Amino acid sequence: MSADVQLNDVWIRFGDFVAARDVNIHIQEGEFFSFLGPSGCGKTTLLRAVSGFLDPSEGQVLIGGKDMAGIGPNKRPTALIFQNLALFPLMTVWENIAFSLEVKGIGKEERRKKANELLELIALPDQGEKMVNELSGGQKQRVAIARALAAEPDVLLLDEPLSALDLKLRQHMRTELRAIQQRVGITFIYITHDQGEALTMSDHVAVMSQGVIQQVADGSTIYDHPETAFVASFVGENNMFSGKITEVSEEYAVVETPSGMLRARRTKGKGGSLHRGDEAFVFIRPESLKFVNGSAFDNRVNANIKQQEFEGSFWQVFFDVEGNNRTVKLSMVNDGSTLPHEVGDRVELGFSADVAIATPAGELAAE
Amino acid sequence: MTSDHIRKSFSILFVLIFFAYLFGPLIIMSLTAFNSSSFPRVTPWECFSVEWFEFLTKDQKLIEGLQNSVFIGLGVVCLAVPMGLAGALMLTQVRERVRPWYYTITISPILVPGVVLGISTLLFWDRVGTMFGASRESVFYNGFFLTIIGQATFISAYTMLVFISRLQRFDRVQEEAALDLGATHVQTFRKILLPFLKPAIASAAVLAFLASFENYNTTVFTIVSESTLTTFLAAKVRHGINPSISALAVVIVVLTLLGAALHEAFKRRELAAEKESARVAKGEQKSRGAQSRFLFDPTVIMILLIFTAGLGTAYFAGTIGLDECKTEVLAEKRRIVQERIKKRQQKTMFQDAGRQALTPLTQEEIKKRQAAPGTSNFQGLFSPENLEEQVGTSKEETQDAPGRAGTENFQSIFAPRNLEEQVGSEEQKQSE
Repeated sequence: MSADVQLNDVWIRFGDFVAARDVNIHIQEGEFFSFLGPSGCGKTTLLRAVSGFLDPSEGQVLIGGKDMAGIGPNKRPTALIFQNLALFPLMTVWENIAFSLEVKGIGKEERRKKANELLELIALPDQGEKMVNELSGGQKQRVAIARALAAEPDVLLLDEPLSALDLKLRQHMRTELRAIQQRVGITFIYITHDQGEALTMSDHVAVMSQGVIQQVADGSTIYDHPETAFVASFVGENNMFSGKITEVSEEYAVVETPSGMLRARRTKGKGGSLHRGDEAFVFIRPESLKFVNGSAFDNRVNANIKQQEFEGSFWQVFFDVEGNNRTVKLSMVNDGSTLPHEVGDRVELGFSADVAIATPAGELAAE
Repeated sequence: MTSDHIRKSFSILFVLIFFAYLFGPLIIMSLTAFNSSSFPRVTPWECFSVEWFEFLTKDQKLIEGLQNSVFIGLGVVCLAVPMGLAGALMLTQVRERVRPWYYTITISPILVPGVVLGISTLLFWDRVGTMFGASRESVFYNGFFLTIIGQATFISAYTMLVFISRLQRFDRVQEEAALDLGATHVQTFRKILLPFLKPAIASAAVLAFLASFENYNTTVFTIVSESTLTTFLAAKVRHGINPSISALAVVIVVLTLLGAALHEAFKRRELAAEKESARVAKGEQKSRGAQSRFLFDPTVIMILLIFTAGLGTAYFAGTIGLDECKTEVLAEKRRIVQERIKKRQQKTMFQDAGRQALTPLTQEEIKKRQAAPGTSNFQGLFSPENLEEQVGTSKEETQDAPGRAGTENFQSIFAPRNLEEQVGSEEQKQSE
């Protein structure tokens, strides 16, 4: 069984502090949905509202179409995987997994059977008799997943469960989580501040900042068509130029910046309101920035090469751009040829209007 | 010698003095329990004996007091452990701002003098009893009830401290996890929190029992007409003591040491197990035999063996040859006394001779003395330095007038331990 989750006009306040501001999200059943945002943006608070540990100050939480108001965490069809996993240290692995069955009063024999099935699923057969602290980090992770799945939830909630693991294990667990989700077919709501996790695993991502949902879309839309300055600056790397809008059309906007006039696609949806004279930002990804070698570009800026870094498959080149006090970065694939320029060279950089994006000026992600 | 050396030897000296101060009285008291002397003392050492332990087991009132103490202790455990637990749990629930106040209030019974607690318990339940019009035989005037209630008021604060320190290490997220997995609040408490608190419950129970067992100043008021071990001992000390009290103390000390040693062994084992599991988690090999049962642990076996051996040795050494030893000691005592008497005699004779030479007694005076032996006795009593002379004279007299042996007996009682001489004169009498 799987269920959809709806957050309707949800506000969550702690005294004067607003942890979630007018959140409206519809999470489809059976999808892998991520909340992405820097720490303290309110994503964990939202998750706790879904799992039932706190009630929203305003608005509704619906799971499978049913209003969850006044229903405690132990009565909701959700299971939460905690950031620190919260496995029960005094129980063996299989007792941990079968805990949800035990509290339902299911007999030991059946519990054992179910636990063994789940141990198979998480690829830890014959580890049931161990104590939890005898397991490694990745194994604990999988036991926590099995324990949550044993409760047969309609929605599985995951609160940054991979943050404690080292990089390699984290990448491995990403794939595994995705595989498990597809196998069991229930809704996963995943919370993370790691965009790599969010983009690789999710069907949809909600980017959050200061209690506000900035954008909800699939990974590539988030990356290629950010709707706000925050999303553009938070997801992936972006070079930014700020200025005033001089011209707006259906698809494009022209922004006058100290580095020159820049033409870029204009944002749609939430960040759609761009007018002449408004403050605006133009974002261009390092991989979309090119050296001008006689070819025609919509936009050109003058720059001095400050530093060049070799990263194996990539070259990273850093520039000081006239009229912009931020360092501008260019990435190019290492195709075996040497770099065309030296540090200190004065060069011209170009990019097309279609790969750049203009957003209204607004909150940026902390660097 | 460098200053470092001096400092080192000073600190060693300090530690030695400190331990002597700490354990000296205990050691001396323990030794007195094994001395057959009827007053608790180490010197003179008489016989190594365990008779005071036997004496202990025959003291009906003491046994009764002990039983009462155990009963009250258990009662206090039943009351103070849940109360302390509830108090500690409450502390985690109240708001941050109220917490210091709550803590101070719940902890305050520890700061109130036990005497005050005792009296106020007595008064309070008397009021309550009067309110209900209860009779003097009712529970409100029952020593056991009052003592359990009275002791629990401050012992529950102790147990609360134990629970608080354990709860501080509890990860509250575990409770949330249990709730999230469908457990009710009761199930969460029973299956998650209670198992976590188990060691603390055990410690708190032991602490509560010991605190109750040794309590005197509250109990002495609340116990009314009953008696506990402490109140019994206090009453006994007032009427003079014998080494059976030392023997009881030895029993308590030994049991405490045994308990502490076992507890320590248990703790070390747990620590080792934790380290072991951490090692296993790191993927290292599990060392064999790391998880034996507690009772089969080598340390535990050693402790129990040493304890049993000590017990057995003490018992055999204290019973075998005790009678012979006692007879010997008695004989030795007699011999010493006899020697002392002989010396005195010689001294007196010498003195007498000297005195007679200086101020010779008139014949009349001697006659007077012989005619009224009572007066001479009397004289002897009031001038202790004359005692020896006294003995001397009576000896002479015995030889002169054996018919007055009766008076002599009387005299010899006053002249300490003239037993031997006594027997001597008796023999003389018989021979005549």
